[in-house]
Formats: sequence, C-alpha cells, structure tokens
Amino acid sequence: MTRYSRRTLLKAGAAFAGASAIGSPAILRAQAARIKIGHLVPLTGFLGAIGSYAQLGVKMAAEEINASGGIMGKQIDLMSEDSVNPATASTKAQRMIEQDGAVLLFGEISSASSLTIMQVAERNKKVFFSTGARSDALRGKDCNRYSFHCDIPNTVMVNAVGTALNQKGMVKGKKFVTLTADYIFGHDLLKAAKAFFSANDATLIGDELIATDVTDFSPYLLKVRQAKPDVVCCNLAGNQVTNLVKQYAEFGFPYPLVGFNLNTGDAWAMGEGNLSGTWPTVWYHTLDNPASKAFVEAFSKKYGKPPENHAWIEYITLKMIAQAITDTKSTESDALIAYFEKQTQFDIMKSRKGYFRSWDHQLVQEAYPFTVKPKGEMKDKWDMLVLGEAVPAAGAELEAIYPTKTQNPCNMKA
Amino acid sequence: MQFGFLLEQVVNGLVLGGYYLLIALGLSLIFSVGGIVNLAHGAFYALGAYVSVEITKYLGFGSAIVLSPIAVALLGILFERFILRRFYDADPILSLLVTFGLAMVTEQAIRIIWGAPPISAAIPQSFRGSVFLGDFLFSRYRLLILAVVAAVLLGVWLLLHKTSFGRVVRAGIQRPDMVAALGIRLQPYMTAIVMLGVGMAALGGAFFAPITIVHPAMGAEIITVAFVVVVIGGLGSFWGVVLAAMLVGVVRGITIHFAPAAGEASIYVLMFLVLMVRPRGLLGERIEKFE
Repeated sequence: MTRYSRRTLLKAGAAFAGASAIGSPAILRAQAARIKIGHLVPLTGFLGAIGSYAQLGVKMAAEEINASGGIMGKQIDLMSEDSVNPATASTKAQRMIEQDGAVLLFGEISSASSLTIMQVAERNKKVFFSTGARSDALRGKDCNRYSFHCDIPNTVMVNAVGTALNQKGMVKGKKFVTLTADYIFGHDLLKAAKAFFSANDATLIGDELIATDVTDFSPYLLKVRQAKPDVVCCNLAGNQVTNLVKQYAEFGFPYPLVGFNLNTGDAWAMGEGNLSGTWPTVWYHTLDNPASKAFVEAFSKKYGKPPENHAWIEYITLKMIAQAITDTKSTESDALIAYFEKQTQFDIMKSRKGYFRSWDHQLVQEAYPFTVKPKGEMKDKWDMLVLGEAVPAAGAELEAIYPTKTQNPCNMKA
Repeated sequence: MQFGFLLEQVVNGLVLGGYYLLIALGLSLIFSVGGIVNLAHGAFYALGAYVSVEITKYLGFGSAIVLSPIAVALLGILFERFILRRFYDADPILSLLVTFGLAMVTEQAIRIIWGAPPISAAIPQSFRGSVFLGDFLFSRYRLLILAVVAAVLLGVWLLLHKTSFGRVVRAGIQRPDMVAALGIRLQPYMTAIVMLGVGMAALGGAFFAPITIVHPAMGAEIITVAFVVVVIGGLGSFWGVVLAAMLVGVVRGITIHFAPAAGEASIYVLMFLVLMVRPRGLLGERIEKFE
C-alpha cells in the first residue's frame, strides 16, 4: 500500500493553509457592500428534518429581498449553516460574528443550541432572533437584551392544546402519562404541563424521559400500558414525535394520544392513518388570509410542496429583520433593539398582527390547536390538519395566553 | 404483576434484538471474510427503507419487502466489484475511509433523490394493533418481523453450515491462504457474502420504514448499535452475533423498565463489561489474520 511521508503531508498542509490565506481577503473585499446575516439551523440529528424546511424558507426570503433591490440598496449575504449541536452552534455563531462579519444572527430550532447562541449574541452585543426554539426558560430566566424569540413558548402550546382538551372533557379528573424529550426543551415543557395538570385537576401518574436519539419506543410503550392512563401526552421533539406516533399506531393502544408539541414536518413524515389526537401549532399553510395564501402559492411553486411552519417562521423573521434595517437605516444592535422594543407591529400571515413584547422579547401572536383530518377529506397528502379556533379567541387580548410579568422571571440587564 | 411486566420487556427485547441482528449479521460476515469494516452498511439499510417505500406505492407492502432487499443486494455486487475488492489486502484504515466516504455519498444521494425532509410510510392495515396472550401484549407487526428474521436466520445458518458454499466461506474466514492453495478463488464468495450482508440490512430497513422515521441520516443512526452487537458477539461466530443482538435488545428493555433515562447508555455499558471479561467478544473465535 501507499504511505504518504510526513514531508508530503506537511507540504500539502502548507499549500492548503497558504491558499486559504490568499483566498479569504479577496472574498472579504468583494462583499464589503453587502449586509451579512448569519443563519444557523440543525440540518442533521433529530431536528434536521424540520431544519431542512427552515432553510428553504430563509433562502426564499433572502432571494426575494435581493431581487427587489436588497435592503437600502445593499444585497443580503445570507450565510446559512448546520448548527449540529449546542457546542458547534456556539462556535459557528462566534465565527460568523467575529470572522465573517455578520451584523446579526437568526435561526435555530433546538432550545439547547439556541441558549448557547443567545450567550454568544450577548457577549458580542449582536442581535439574535431565535426562530424555532420553544423552551420557556429562553424568554424567562435565561433571557437577555440581545435575543428575540419568534416561536410560541411551551406555556402557550400547553395553553392552546389544554383549552381544546378541556372543552372535550379530557383533562379534569383524568390520569395522564407523559413522554418527555430529555433535554432543556422537554424538561421545560414537562414543567408547563405539570402546572396545567395541577391547575385543572388532572393527575400525572407517570413520566418517561427519553433521549433525543431514541428510534425504538417499544419498551416505553409497554410501560405506558402498564400504567393504564386515561390519556397519553407527548412532550417530545422532532424525529422523536414521528417515531412515537408511528409506533403508537403500530401497537394500537386504546388510550388517546395528545401532545403539547408538534411541527407540521414531523406530522407529514408519519404516514397515512398514524396520527390522531389534539396538538398545537403556530402556523399552517391552510390559514385563510391574503399574505399567507400568497406565500404558500409562491413557496409551492418554487419547491413543489407547501411550506412547513419552520419555513414560514424563517421567512417572516428575515422579512421583519429587513423591514427593521430599512426603517432604522441601521444595522447597529442598539437601534434595532429600540425599534423592536417599540412593539412595532408586523403582518405575520395571521388574522392578527404580531409584535415583540418589550420586556421579554417574545413575538406575541395567535396559536392554534388542531386535530387530524379524516382521510377522505384530505385534498392532498399535505392537507392533514384541521385547525381549531385561534387562541386567544377573537376579541381577547393577544397576550392572554402568554406568561405574565409575574409568571415569567425575565430580567434583562440594560 | 411486576414480573409479568418484566417478562414483557424481555420478549419485546428479543424481538428488537432480531431487528438488530438483520443489520449486524451482514456487518460481521463482511468483516470476518473480507477483513473490511463496512461503515457504509447503514447506508444500505437506509436505501432498503427508501426503495421499499417507493415500491410500496406501486406494488404494495408485500412486494416491497421482497424486492427492496433484492434490489439493494444487486447494488451490493457493484459495491463489492468496484470498491471493496481493491481493499482486501490494503491497510484497514483505507477501507475504513472508503466505506465511511461511501456512507456520506449515499446519504447525500438520498437527499438529492428524495429530499432532506423525511418521507412517510405506514404499516399495512392488516398488521396494525397488538395481539394479546392473556395479559401479554405483542405488536402484531413485530411478530411478523420476528417470524421473518427467524426464517432468514435459519436460511443463513443452513447456507453457512450445510452447503459447500458455507464450507468455503468458513474456511476462508480462518485460513484464506489454505483455501487459495487448494485452488479456490475466494472473490466470487466474497461477492455473494456482500450481497447477502447488504441485502439483510436492506430487509431491516424495509421492515422498519413503516414504524420509524425514514430520513437520509437513518443509516448513520443504526450503524452504531450494529457495531456494538458485532463487538459484543465476537468475530467469526454466527451464534455470537445472534446472542449479542438478543442480549442488547433485552438489556435495553430491562434498563428502560427500571431507569428509562439510562436506556441508550445501557448497551454501551454492556459492551464495556463484555470487553473487560472477554476481549474477543462473547463467542469470538481467534482469527489469525486479524491478530
């Protein structure tokens, strides 16, 4: 066999290092007149499936903005990468700010990774929009001045589904077993679920913490049956949800399965006839309003499938960022934070406009409980869900389903 | 009652072990005969799943379970003829690198052909639900898997132990030089072993597509467990791999019963313990060419 000598390796290494040293300044010069924005989202691992939708949404938004002349005449330079895991996400965020010259960052689905990016943002005094992370703690005890949160928090998801379950008489006096994703998001969601159960006279008779890389749920399902609950509740994330729902249908248990977290992409991957129960969502492509319809049509035309809720959230986030930079004529963090803290209203493709709450930077918006469409009524394979009434109900204060100042321990340092 | 629940976990663990076995047995055979650590084995498992989902759309689930492994086994011929064959006598690190590369190329190819989002698959109606034996519960679909795995296992055992093909393969594992001296070329046998190995992996993929998420990285997820099984079982031993697969399934089930959060860690602890006591694996044979 061939063995490369150390000398050859050394030469190759030097040549490689040399090439990259010569190469990079040229790239920097060429792009000086552009606005650089860093985007991180998991493309691998248990959230990679929904992350791939997120990337489609953000690409489309950037292309549209650039095609219409960019922001203040400058083209957006979108750097979108796989965030991989919390440690890598943090390293990449730091690199994007320090070396690549990103003026701000956005993205992420994993609450654990989002937390590490939030710390990088704060350290570097750059704005970060956490688009898909749902842990309450991020906008609660871990909140900071530079981080904004676009997706609905766990408490809102629990409230959305809980309201619907209460109406069906599935909560009061019932015994619940929960299956929980074993990382910050799941722990946080379980906490919100427990608060809901105790406020509504339900008992939690069992909880299973499940590692994020588990694909076979059969041992857990056997334990669920042993507990003999009235309702099984899924607090899992990403691929876990898809796997659980498929295997739950496989075993065919009589206990209804509901859940406090589901993304449309996970539902689409489940296969015919597997999903049932009541779940929450933040946006769905059948929402009936002009902005949403136009977006769904353009996205479907471009990619041959409708947008998933992460495609939507990345899309509206980049559009909000572009609007903020245009209105403030600045990419400075202080100017942008002040702009969003004025609680500027944005059309986010829902019947009511959304705004970032000034004191915890949460995007306040409607949420929806949903049930599953019977097969005969589906228009196509994407048309799986029947949205319930938006929560909070029309006429009620939009903030009614969000934690109040006394409930949410967010204390931002100036 | 507690005992009944535990027994249920043990039986379920055995069924799960059967599924690990489909992937691990091929991995073990390819290593034993060719000396190649096939890091691309998971990729064939993923291909098996994707191809079966495609075939199911047109010909139904039954045909998919049969045709998908055959299609992937045919791909295995190309894999052996054009890639593996060059590395039998090379430094093992090279075959490790080439199969690792192939795993990545296959994963990306799947992304290009089927897209990055997972695709959907469901169990046929007739196999849904559970069978009850008294208070005992079995998933109907997993019973089907168990039956097929048992049949495949029997087939492979007969092939290796009761045919002239098997005799050459087993001799080739221990003393390839002697086999060569007797005027037998091992290469066609190796092609057959690779076909068999990747075909079994594809069968595993086809069976698990309806009950787990079908996405491009699914191969990378399964390969680690398969390696753990091979390492615990020991090289060159048919029954070692069988035993190890069952053991891994059962240990995982029992751990989840008592300490759910430790479920995934338990199989690595098991591997650690086995290697401490028996560095060659449970029933591993001494194979001169690897010493």
